[in-house]
This record gives sequence, C-alpha cells and structure tokens, in this order.
Amino acid sequence: MTNLPGSQYIIEVLYFVAAVLFILSLKWLSSPATARRGIFAGEAGMLLAIVGTLFHHGIVDFKWIAIALVLGTIIGVPLGNVAMTAVPQRTALSHAFGALCVTLVGTAEFYLRAPNISKFIMSVLSLEVILGALTITGSLMAAGKLQEILPQRPITYKGQNLVNLGFLGIAIAIGVVLVLHPDRMYLYPAMVIIPLIFGVLMIIPIGGADMPTVISLLNSYAGLSAAAMGFVLDSKLLIVAGALDGASGFILSVNMSKAMNRSFTNVLFGAFGQEQVAVAGGQEARPVRSATPEEAAAILAAANKVVIVPGYGMAVAQAQHKVRELYDALSKRGVDVSFGIHPVAGRMPGHMNVLLAEADIPYDKLLDMDQVNGDMPQTDVALVIGANDVTNPAARTDQSSPIFGMPILDVDKAHTVMVIKRSMSPGFAGIDNPLYYLDNNLMLFGDAKAFVGNIVKELSGGGGH
Amino acid sequence: MLAAFIGFEVIRRVSPLLHTPLMSLTNALDAIAVVGAIILAGEGKSRLATILGTIAIVAATSNIVGGFIITDRMLKMFKSSKTQKP
Repeated sequence: MTNLPGSQYIIEVLYFVAAVLFILSLKWLSSPATARRGIFAGEAGMLLAIVGTLFHHGIVDFKWIAIALVLGTIIGVPLGNVAMTAVPQRTALSHAFGALCVTLVGTAEFYLRAPNISKFIMSVLSLEVILGALTITGSLMAAGKLQEILPQRPITYKGQNLVNLGFLGIAIAIGVVLVLHPDRMYLYPAMVIIPLIFGVLMIIPIGGADMPTVISLLNSYAGLSAAAMGFVLDSKLLIVAGALDGASGFILSVNMSKAMNRSFTNVLFGAFGQEQVAVAGGQEARPVRSATPEEAAAILAAANKVVIVPGYGMAVAQAQHKVRELYDALSKRGVDVSFGIHPVAGRMPGHMNVLLAEADIPYDKLLDMDQVNGDMPQTDVALVIGANDVTNPAARTDQSSPIFGMPILDVDKAHTVMVIKRSMSPGFAGIDNPLYYLDNNLMLFGDAKAFVGNIVKELSGGGGH
Repeated sequence: MLAAFIGFEVIRRVSPLLHTPLMSLTNALDAIAVVGAIILAGEGKSRLATILGTIAIVAATSNIVGGFIITDRMLKMFKSSKTQKP
C-alpha cells in the first residue's frame, strides 16, 4: 500500500465525503419537503464511493467488474419500477440481495485469508456470515409469503422454538470454534449452511400481520452484517453505511413491536393465530347490521368529519385510487376528510402512506394513530377499508384477547363506523372483532375497490340516477 | 459507534409517513458493500474470489439501482395539499 500513497489518500477522502453524504441523505429524509434532496445526496455519495474504489491500486482486471455492474443495473431497473403494492415484497427481496452480497464477500475473504486470520477478524467475519446467511433465506421466505407464493398463515409445530434456537446455537458454536482454530477450514461451509436453514425456519411460524416487524428486523440484520463486513475489510465507509441501515431497521422494529404491544421475542418466537381460531368460530351467529352503497353514500354526504382507516385489504384490492375519488367527492361537498394510519397497517412500515400518496392524496391528510384518536369522538363517520385487527376494541377491553394492550385506532368512538370487508371472516391474526357487532357499526360487504367505486358514483350522481 | 449514534438520532426524526422510503433508501445505501465486492472481483487473487465477488457486485448493484429508483418514485408521490394543483 505504501507504493501508491497518493491514490490511497484520494480514496480515503472520497469515502469520507460519501459517508457524510449518506448521513445528510437520511437527515433530509426527515421531511417530505427535503426528502428528494436526500436521494440525490445518497446517489452522489454512492457514485463517489464506487468511482473511488475503481482507483484502488490492487484492481488489475476490470472485465468482471464492468460485466457485473451492467448486469446488476439490468436487474435493478425493473426492481425499481415494480407496482407500489408490491413494495413490501421488493423490499424483502432487496434485503436478500444485500445479504447475499455481504455473505459472498465474507466467504471469499475467509478463503483468501484463512488460516492466517486474527481472532478479531474471524469474530466479525463469523458475525457477518451468520447474519448475512440467515437474512438471505429469511428475506426470501418473507418475500415469498408477501407475494403469496407461500402460505401466509403461520406454520407451527411442537418444539419449534427449541429446534430453531438449536440451529442458531450450532452456527454460533461453529463460529466460536473457527475463531479459536481458524485452521479448521472444513467447518466453514457449515457456518453458512446452518444459518441458511435457520433463516427459513425462522420465518415459517410468522404470519402476515407480523410482517412489518419482521421486515424491519431483517433490515437491521442486513445492516449489521454489512457493518461487520466493514470491520473485516477495515472500511469505515462500510461500517457507517451498515450501522445506519442496522440502526434504522432496529428503530423500525422497536416501533412496530411497540405498536403491537409485543416484544421482539414474542414476534419471533410466538406465532399467534392458533388457539384463537376456535374462539372466533363460536361467535359467528351474532347479528350484524349491513348497508348498501347508496345508504353509505347518504351517511357520508351528511357527515362533517370523516376519518378513513385503510388497511392491508385496501392494498390487496388496489382500491387506493377509488379512495382518492371518494376523498375528492367528499371534500367537494365540504366534508373534512382525513386518514387514520396505524403504524402496522399493511405489510411494512409506512406501507399505507405510500399507497395513498401514490393516489395523490396530500400527505398532510395522512395522520398517525395519536393524532386521529384524539379527534375520534368528534368524528361523524369512521370508514374502515380493509383493516381489521388495528381497529379491534378487544385490544382495550378483553384481557383474554391475544392482542390485548395493543394500541388501536378508536374507530368505535366515532358516531358511526362503517367497515368495508369481503365477509365476516377474521383477519390474519385469526381474532374475532367485536367492533362488527356494535350498534353504531355498519358492515359494507364487498370488494373494497368496487364498493368505494359505487359510493363515489352515488355521491357524484347526486342520487340522480 | 459515532456513526451509529448520529444515525440513531437522525433516523428517529424521520416521520412515520416516510418509513417505507426510509427502508428502501437505507437499503440502497447498505449496498455500498459493493466496494468490497469490486475489490474482490478486480484483484483476481483467486478464481473463487473473482466469481463470488462478481456475483456480489450484481446483487449489490441491483439494490443500488433499484433502491434509488423506487425511493425516488415514492417520494415524488408525496405532495402537500398546499402545493397541489386543484
């Protein structure tokens, strides 16, 4: 390295600037007004870092680098242009890609350096590879569940947690042995394969409703493994970027867990939805009131203040554009319309906000749980579209409910609640919702998109046809 | 450590409104791991390193390109009611 101090110096400077740009990039993301500037900062930082790396004096062959960069771009462009409803799957997939990159680099580094590898390097390398490998398969499984290639219902069996922890324990044990005896290189493949299996097993028991937490957690793992790689390669830039990613994933998963009143371990080790199915089955005979689109339109038109509560069902039905039309139609009549968004609505943090923004609904109408709940008693109509568990009053009152204590949107406190839902079947958590049997609740049975469309038709037609 | 601390402070201030873009942006930034992969693929120290490095670049680059594109698309959609055309 001493023969070309000049280029090394330039690289260090470029990396430092890139790291600063990355932090600025996230800082500007704190407000929608400056967020796009943040993207440019991120892109500039990335470009500087890559160009800087190409100056690295050790690089002798550019052929494969060029081919790989082109190929990656070819794959990346369609991944960047998926429909907004597919964003959760895409995000999970990109966690898998990121982890794949880190794991491959770690593996290559191991075979280049072992057995002459220091204890410190081997420790962080083990951390990098174990986290990376479990994130690859874990994210692929999550993406599969989100894309509905795999069943979304949690799959559990007796002793599952023990088996899972066993796998993780063995992987860590192998890592420790390799740290102490780096010459036992035959152990290395096992240290990759076992976390790969663990990644699959870890996601099997996790249901659709827990996806926001799990995606955030995988996000955090991907970041931490990249940070570990930064220590292996002695690259401060990588440590900074990895730590940022790890921290953001961690903060999001804590947020998500809090929003569901569950601890990390509970999400990871306690799939819910098993015993509650039986409870729900016994209560379906209770009476509910339902309404037609015409009646719903009349009630909405007479309201002063309407809160719309969207959930995953809106995403599935692709109803966000119809919701926008409803928003327009009501706003034109002078109705105050806002949106109440639960932190875990949808399948990833912020999922609903993105969908509604896609439909051109101004972001200052998208309110979070605390803002909306205070206004709920003054709200004439709460319109729930495809959300279930996040509106379940049992979370406040029923100690035996598995979601007891989870903060919810208090739609039942509005004068009238209307719930658009396909049928009376319970949500992903498999929990019956007492909201549907309340006196101020009206069920609007049907496809979210079609139903909202019919309401809009009624409103704009003014009852004329 | 310092980076993690600054990152923590900065990220905590990101509004829940933008959590999805936050995740896709940090994902794109995380793909900076590509620099390690480039060195591996370019140094040609061993055939294994070149192959693994090359695949790693493909994976990371697709994250960089895809991540920035989709984050930008998402952010373009967020409009305030004040700046919006009628």
